[in-house]
Amino acid sequence: MASAVEKYHISIIPFGPGAILVTWPPRIEEGILEDIILFGRVIADRLEKACEQVPAYHSLLLVFDEAVNTAEISDRLSGLYGSMDRKPLERRLWRIPVCYHPGFAPDMALLSERKGISPEEIVKRHTRATYTVYGIGFLPGFMYLGGLDESLVTPRRNEPRQKVSRGAVGIGGRQTGIYPQQSPGGWNIIGNSPVQLFDPLKKKPCPVGIADKVRFYEISREEHELLEIEVSAGVHKLKNEKWYD
Amino acid sequence: MIKVLAPGLFTTVQDTGRFGYRNKGVPVSGAMDSFSAVLANRLLNNDDGAALLEITMTGPELEFTAPTHIVITGARIRPAINQTLIPNNRVIRIHPSDVLSFGKPERGIRAYMAIKGGFGTPVVLKSRSLYFPVTAYDHLKKGQELGHEAFEGTVDELIEIKVNNDFLFGSSIPVYPGPEYDMLNAEEKEMLGRGFSVSTLNNRMAYQLEEQLPPNDYGIITSGTLPGTVQLTPSGRLIVLMKDCQTTGGYPRILQLSEQGICALAQKKYGDRIVFTMC
Repeated sequence: MASAVEKYHISIIPFGPGAILVTWPPRIEEGILEDIILFGRVIADRLEKACEQVPAYHSLLLVFDEAVNTAEISDRLSGLYGSMDRKPLERRLWRIPVCYHPGFAPDMALLSERKGISPEEIVKRHTRATYTVYGIGFLPGFMYLGGLDESLVTPRRNEPRQKVSRGAVGIGGRQTGIYPQQSPGGWNIIGNSPVQLFDPLKKKPCPVGIADKVRFYEISREEHELLEIEVSAGVHKLKNEKWYD
Repeated sequence: MIKVLAPGLFTTVQDTGRFGYRNKGVPVSGAMDSFSAVLANRLLNNDDGAALLEITMTGPELEFTAPTHIVITGARIRPAINQTLIPNNRVIRIHPSDVLSFGKPERGIRAYMAIKGGFGTPVVLKSRSLYFPVTAYDHLKKGQELGHEAFEGTVDELIEIKVNNDFLFGSSIPVYPGPEYDMLNAEEKEMLGRGFSVSTLNNRMAYQLEEQLPPNDYGIITSGTLPGTVQLTPSGRLIVLMKDCQTTGGYPRILQLSEQGICALAQKKYGDRIVFTMC
């Protein structure tokens, strides 16, 4: 795959006095995401001024810890982008267990009825796709996963729920994702994962990175219960492996 | 140690914020009015990043068990030690069993109480700023105890210091154009200059404004946001993100407050008027 060798037209603009926003063409595609991550690494290695990076979809936000000369840094960024080496990106594939039992899936029946697809078939299509992490935001550890099967695309609920449970797996438009904590939320809930995607007490609180891949696999209620015990005892490890395009 | 006799409306421990985890969706947090927070710490010769209390509207009642020094800055909420009023912006010597209490807010709504050496509350992801669910709770509860080092020495006692913090209490909020400012048409840009009032929905995450722009269809692909980013929703509502805001969002980012602008907005309550002023 040559997706990472393409070069894009990017725009670099100041975002207030202490931040710079780099934007790629407004498309949701893997090549752009890889380019963003690669450029982010170049910036971390070579930009003289340290900054925090928030990559998402087609943009990279750079946040400095004080007001900076945004014009000067923008020129430098432009130069770094122009001379950037494009190596293939090393990524990981995360395998995440999900229980789709009706007790965990308050929106499954409605989704099945609206789509004319059986719950079993919805699970099949939800678990056979390989998703890409296009962004992490909304909540600590909340991944925006792209790559949802076309037939499962469903708009967000008109009335968001005040309480979506921790681990809830939902569909919101063309995206799917997992609520890492209990929170209000408007996505259609079709299952629950017992794994912990964000642990503030760990040095690396969220192992998954942007541009990584995710696949779901179905587990029973009993397996869900067992995994929950493992997770709360701190002995569960997320399954992951190197991803090759 | 400090005992929380009464917690107040929303009293929270903050420092300068939690940096390095935005790419995992972790809000920055930190003092809403960083000017007043840093001032309080500097008056005590603390590091700027020492943990202090952010007090909102109705102050707490706190009992000290060890000698120390404190400074109160920001909003004037009639602070008193053992019922005797104390001034803001001044180092106050504290004796064991002193009780700090507050009255009605007279100017602004967020006060800061710094303590010599800072609070020794737990560090989570390199910061003591409270933000649930990164920390186990987000504001003080009755009966809680807060640790700090006893301090029996003297701080250079500044009898009187003049602080010019009027900008915190005026209506002017300095802003820069946001990344999507130019999506707006001339009429919408003009409307942004007319002045707004703060709605009932205002907290550490965001301040929503009462007056709206016309409905629009300016959606964007989800992208990074900052404290101080002004988002425009499809219904025309303006949402100013504050220190506990999400790290990404899908609404156009039409303005960006300066740090001073964030500090000044943090001192506003429901109904207060603000005017965006381009830097």
